[in-house]
Amino acid sequence: MSRLHGLASPARFLRLADRVQPWTGWGAALLIGAGLVVGLGFSPADYQQGETVRIMYIHVPAAWMALFCYATMALGAAAGLIWRHPLAHVIAHSAAPIGACFTIVCLATGMLWGKPIWGRWWVWDARLTSVLILLFLYLGYIALANAFDNTARGDRSSAILALVGAVNLPVIKFSVDWWNTLHQPASVTRIGAPAIHDSMLAPLLLMAAGFLCLFLTLLFVRVRAGLLARRLRALRHARAHAPAVGGMDTGTGLS
Amino acid sequence: MRAKRRRLAFVVCGMVTLGAAASLVLAAFEDSIVYFYSPSDVAEHTPPPDRRFRIGGIVVKDSVIRGADATTVRFRVTDTLNTIEVAYTGVLPDLFREGQGVVAEGQLDSAGRFRADEVLAKHDETYMPREVADALKESGRWRGAPGGGE
Repeated sequence: MSRLHGLASPARFLRLADRVQPWTGWGAALLIGAGLVVGLGFSPADYQQGETVRIMYIHVPAAWMALFCYATMALGAAAGLIWRHPLAHVIAHSAAPIGACFTIVCLATGMLWGKPIWGRWWVWDARLTSVLILLFLYLGYIALANAFDNTARGDRSSAILALVGAVNLPVIKFSVDWWNTLHQPASVTRIGAPAIHDSMLAPLLLMAAGFLCLFLTLLFVRVRAGLLARRLRALRHARAHAPAVGGMDTGTGLS
Repeated sequence: MRAKRRRLAFVVCGMVTLGAAASLVLAAFEDSIVYFYSPSDVAEHTPPPDRRFRIGGIVVKDSVIRGADATTVRFRVTDTLNTIEVAYTGVLPDLFREGQGVVAEGQLDSAGRFRADEVLAKHDETYMPREVADALKESGRWRGAPGGGE
């Protein structure tokens, strides 16, 4: 029963992904394109930062996606641990490198912004440090997930790491409210109106929607590849452990 | 079915425990996690004169006095309740402005003045075009300055 369930669900997921992927793919291209044109070409310079403000249109959506990817990964890990659902683990593994890339983009653009605005590339305040820890969690997760020959074991160990690291998510989000940091507090998701003018909020939201579509598109591609890789591994495993038939066993040296 | 429910309970309990542990640790280390102290923090527990730390706040309007050699500068930093005088020699960041946030690193001298060897501009969360800022200032609806809260 549970095996049937496990087999049926990836197929259903892939059918859904096939249908949604063209929309997210084109959505990502159009939204990011529009966001870049509006953000770099048409939005005004900031009254304090001048043109440097445009870094925000990459930095902030990348930071949001870094958190969103980790949340996806942690939920996948939890579902995989609790319901032993292979698709959930594949989703978690697939989200990790995408999230790591968003985190790197966030850190790199943040440093480019910090130098002209603060006067320093990097400071060890709570926000910057917790995001750097997020990057290390992603890298550790990726390393751990691939460190085992036994798939189930790698799934379980990496899932536990993902869940432990999820504690960092609220710390990142609220670090700017809980402690004095050099990093400014949230502009968009604060109580009351956003502290950001509409002419700058528009490209920011376009880019954020584009990054979300980009994440989904990449996730679908990676989940599809991850499921195929698992099937290939299972077939190889089955062949390697099948009783040898008249010297045909030589082909198993492939893996 | 029972195994699944047990694993679910295990994960939920684990996350709750972990979250509680993490918040206790973070609360315990609050003093070393904060990036800077406000002038009120300094007034409450004045650090010894040789201890390095950072202070942060708003640069008080009309408090910036530049020295004769153009690299020495004195200004006052406030959190609206308390104010600290800062002396600094060096290049100020471009965004160093009166009425804007600043973080300075250094130590107190015997006179209670803060001798900074590094000054960073702290940007707030407000983003707007210059024309909007000017219009707000003109109409008197500006809430950022002078020495106003962050």
